[in-house]
Amino acid sequence: MKYVLLFGGTMEGADQLEGAAKEQTMADYEKSGQWFEKYSKSGKIVGGHELQGPSTATTVSRRNGKVTVTDGPFIESKEVIGGYAEIEVADLDEALAMAKEWPGTVEIRPVVDHSQDQERARS
Amino acid sequence: MRILGNFDIAEEVVQDSLVTALERWPDQGIPDNPGAWLMTTARRRAIDLLRRDRRYAEKVLILERSSVVGDPVEADDRLRLIFTCCHPALPQEAQVALTLRAVAGFTTQEIAAAFLVSEPAMAQRIVRAKRKIVAANIPYRVPEGAELPARLEAVLAVLYLMFNEGYLSRGTGAGMRRDLADDALWLTRLLDRLLPSQAEVLGLLALMKLHLARSAARFDAAGEMVLLPEQDRSRWDQEAIAEGLRTLDTAALMRRPGPYQLQAAIAAVHAEAPSWETTDWEQVVTLYDALLRSANSPVVRLNRAVALSHVRGAQVALGEVNDLALALGDYHLFHATRAELLDELGEAALATEARRRALELCQNPAERALLLRKLGH
Amino acid sequence: MKYVLMFVGTQEDQDRWDRHSKEERAAAMAAAGQWFGRYMGDGKVVGGEQLQGPHTVTTVRGPSGNRVVVDGPFIESKEIIGGFAIVEVKDRDEALEMAKAWPSGPVEVWPAAER
Repeated sequence: MKYVLLFGGTMEGADQLEGAAKEQTMADYEKSGQWFEKYSKSGKIVGGHELQGPSTATTVSRRNGKVTVTDGPFIESKEVIGGYAEIEVADLDEALAMAKEWPGTVEIRPVVDHSQDQERARS
Repeated sequence: MRILGNFDIAEEVVQDSLVTALERWPDQGIPDNPGAWLMTTARRRAIDLLRRDRRYAEKVLILERSSVVGDPVEADDRLRLIFTCCHPALPQEAQVALTLRAVAGFTTQEIAAAFLVSEPAMAQRIVRAKRKIVAANIPYRVPEGAELPARLEAVLAVLYLMFNEGYLSRGTGAGMRRDLADDALWLTRLLDRLLPSQAEVLGLLALMKLHLARSAARFDAAGEMVLLPEQDRSRWDQEAIAEGLRTLDTAALMRRPGPYQLQAAIAAVHAEAPSWETTDWEQVVTLYDALLRSANSPVVRLNRAVALSHVRGAQVALGEVNDLALALGDYHLFHATRAELLDELGEAALATEARRRALELCQNPAERALLLRKLGH
Repeated sequence: MKYVLMFVGTQEDQDRWDRHSKEERAAAMAAAGQWFGRYMGDGKVVGGEQLQGPHTVTTVRGPSGNRVVVDGPFIESKEIIGGFAIVEVKDRDEALEMAKAWPSGPVEVWPAAER
């Protein structure tokens, strides 16, 4: 079963932080690197990326047939997504066990299985 | 569940066999091992149901073969069902509803009535939870090792919530509502049988037994709620209290204390006291202190303050209660407790004000009636 | 240069989708499928997933040693991520062109960090 883990990110990069907050962020960064390495090696992680900060995001939307391009994310929220991982595990409990080892907030979402569509398209 | 792998069918089957059990036991007597019998019946029914669907032919084979394994497997299936219904990835209201539906055999209508929501709303809550179990692939398994304590805590929280909902609304024209408190007790007993030697399961069981032992005294002849200080203690069920104390002793012997055992111990101090005045309040305060160390919640601190008023006086207790204003400002019992302490200090006007605020926030009819009575209505 | 295109929508979009007839859903899925097919053929889409609806979401939060599991998304918002695609293109403009060609709903274009 495939899930996508969405990782909570910070609004600012670590270079904009100072003191204890910066140390904590750097330690978490280190831990997240180890996490990725561990689970990539065991084959549980099948994809994933760290995203650049929300100030680098752009939104394309369409209103009444007109396409507009705006700076920043579409989703207005205090929380932002800092990255994601695609994982292939047995069930939600295994996904939760992985998420518990991540140094921050994680959202776990099952993906829609399109493997049969492709098989159908091929035949 | 694992052998069935289909939540709807498994649930239907367990309910079907519960119905069969309830129909048969009055005539044939309760079998020696109702749990095992229930699952044997459930399996027979499952085979019938699955036979109708050829896609499940293979699973039927597995199911039939598993019947030679015996009782532990059956008990395990039931336990898996409980842990799946109480999975923390589901919203807690849905955990309660699913457990009542799938394990205790409630109808959707009964659950809706018990929680005072409309039947369609409750049906949707259950459907969504079932969909999530399937879509997110929440496994049917009993958590093991390091995972078990937290997951067991979630199950106990559901059972305790269920119990409180039933216990607090007893005697309030609840004739049409099925008694959740009895069902929660039954489920906790079942859990103890399926997962023996868990100190906190026994702790919750003891807590429920000790509360239920006092339930006859909680309402007077006119159906009005009577609080602990004014209760006629001769109406307490001494046999039930003794049983609750025995259960608590068994839990204590395991030397793994926890919040439910501590709450049961507090209930035990009250149960053993001849009167409100002669209660061992120092012991109660000590137990609340221990409880605060394992679960620091403002509600526990509020309860501790009540006990403290008997040891160090109403003024000290009121100070502690006032400190909780920010956390509990929307909780009716915060204001009701303040009212009691203010009364004791002779501040009648302030007490009335606090009691009015409690009334505004209180939903439970029995508690509302009590507040109105104290306000002189 | 790698970008992640997030396909987002509001709760109303999700509700509308839930109310869609089989045919309407099939048509919308076909349009999204064509978009994926076209850009996968070009080698520009290198990955992507459609996520299941918001009622299937679980969040893990809290400090190490006290991680809690709760129902629902961590981003408390009216908007929802419905899926995403990972694209490998030469610059942001090319990623924006692809986002403009997406057949339904807004698209967030995020540069992936090099690590």
